[in-house]
Amino acid sequence: MVGIVGYGVYIPRYRIKTEEIARVWGEDGVRLAKGLGVFEKSVPGPDEDVATISVEAARNAVKHGNIDPLDIGAVYVGSESHPYAVKPTGTIVAEAIECSTDITCADYEFACKAGTAAMQTCMGLVKSDMIKVGLAIGSDTAQGRPGDALEYSAAAGGVAFLIGKENPVATIEATASFTTDTPDFWRREGEDYPSHGARFTGEPAYFRHVGEGAKLLLRNTKTSVDDYDYFVFHMPNGKFPLAMGMQLGVPGEKLEDSLVVRQIGNTYSGSAMMGLARILDIADPGSRIFMVSYGSGAGSDAFSIVVEEEVLKRRGEVPTVDDYIARKTNIEYSIYAKFRRKIKAM
Amino acid sequence: MAEHGVAQIWRKIKSIYNIQGNHCKTCDTYYFPPRPVCPECRRKGVLEDYRFKGLGKIHTFAVVRQAPDTFKRQVPYVVAQIELDEGARLTGQIVNCDPEEVEIGMRVRACFRKITEFGDKGIIVYGYKFEPVLKVTGHPYP
Repeated sequence: MVGIVGYGVYIPRYRIKTEEIARVWGEDGVRLAKGLGVFEKSVPGPDEDVATISVEAARNAVKHGNIDPLDIGAVYVGSESHPYAVKPTGTIVAEAIECSTDITCADYEFACKAGTAAMQTCMGLVKSDMIKVGLAIGSDTAQGRPGDALEYSAAAGGVAFLIGKENPVATIEATASFTTDTPDFWRREGEDYPSHGARFTGEPAYFRHVGEGAKLLLRNTKTSVDDYDYFVFHMPNGKFPLAMGMQLGVPGEKLEDSLVVRQIGNTYSGSAMMGLARILDIADPGSRIFMVSYGSGAGSDAFSIVVEEEVLKRRGEVPTVDDYIARKTNIEYSIYAKFRRKIKAM
Repeated sequence: MAEHGVAQIWRKIKSIYNIQGNHCKTCDTYYFPPRPVCPECRRKGVLEDYRFKGLGKIHTFAVVRQAPDTFKRQVPYVVAQIELDEGARLTGQIVNCDPEEVEIGMRVRACFRKITEFGDKGIIVYGYKFEPVLKVTGHPYP
């Protein structure tokens, strides 16, 4: 069966606290952090972007899976912050992990779910025997307009999943997607920062799409919430996935382990995938994971995943999500503004 | 307008993405950047491509406080000479740690970073820098 044959993550070293951002904009940081469920977010260094983050995650994945990079037949990088508007990030990743030149490659864009769309594409290619192993990456260095609510959560990080058939660490039993034309969040060509529909991003966007995607997969697989040990929902903040869980009747303890958003913020295309990676870091073989990503615009990809014995053999090879979360240096807003090019005179 | 330097950078991609150098089978010396001939063995040298493991230690370093415009955002930053485990030495930036944490003999590993970019419209150059080795949970350290 098709599954994840290796995975790796990368989270930049810098963090900024919600309270520090709030201090600059005259907001109540303690209340905001608690309300959002985001206490600090990751910030990329001045020499980091989606290409560098993707390469680090992909190198970890190749090492974790003990995969010969020449076996990789497809490289897809999902992001909304590709360093080039025209020129694929995927080719940089493929070269940096020493893939063969006989591969197919493309960059994906679907707000925060481009990475899981890449996973589905790789599943199709592997299942149809067009490729042996596919590399699907979700990676972002998200930006929020200074002073905007998004600034508290827009973070940076990347996750790489190698999709194949041989000795998977987790098998993907099924996937289902739900897609509509819903303009809840967008960024026009040439604009530095995205715009959003404020409260409109909730009920008609996130909750409808994640909820419907989840229900569709449960229907297709004839399963219920009780059949799963862990749940992962896209994490635009710490509040939404918990509220989604309540709507679907998911007990809090099945969701708790995936909520990396509290320490690193919303890593956009890497958000739900980062939650999944953290579960794979700690779950026992036989555990069943239910993951739903969400991309504004809007759509969701739901996955039913079973952890395999193989996962135990691979642990200790590459840094875990928690290893990267623990490696951090907090910075002030002024340094953050310099790193993220918010100071336009420079 | 044609971009200056694109071809030169493209030629070096393999070597700067993955620290690809070469190894002389005659005298067992490793070289980076790759040499066209072994400077020791000359015509008796037999060179083969070699991808360095990317692990090494800091041989010496300097903290840069007066930087060119394209590096101003990173000041202060560390430029070091790294002695790779295979023996070759190369120059690179040390990232993911504060300058005061850097010391001679410190173990480092190669990472992938943006080296420079040719303005807002030009190409972005990626390649190796070095960072302190990261703790890995569950790794059987000796």
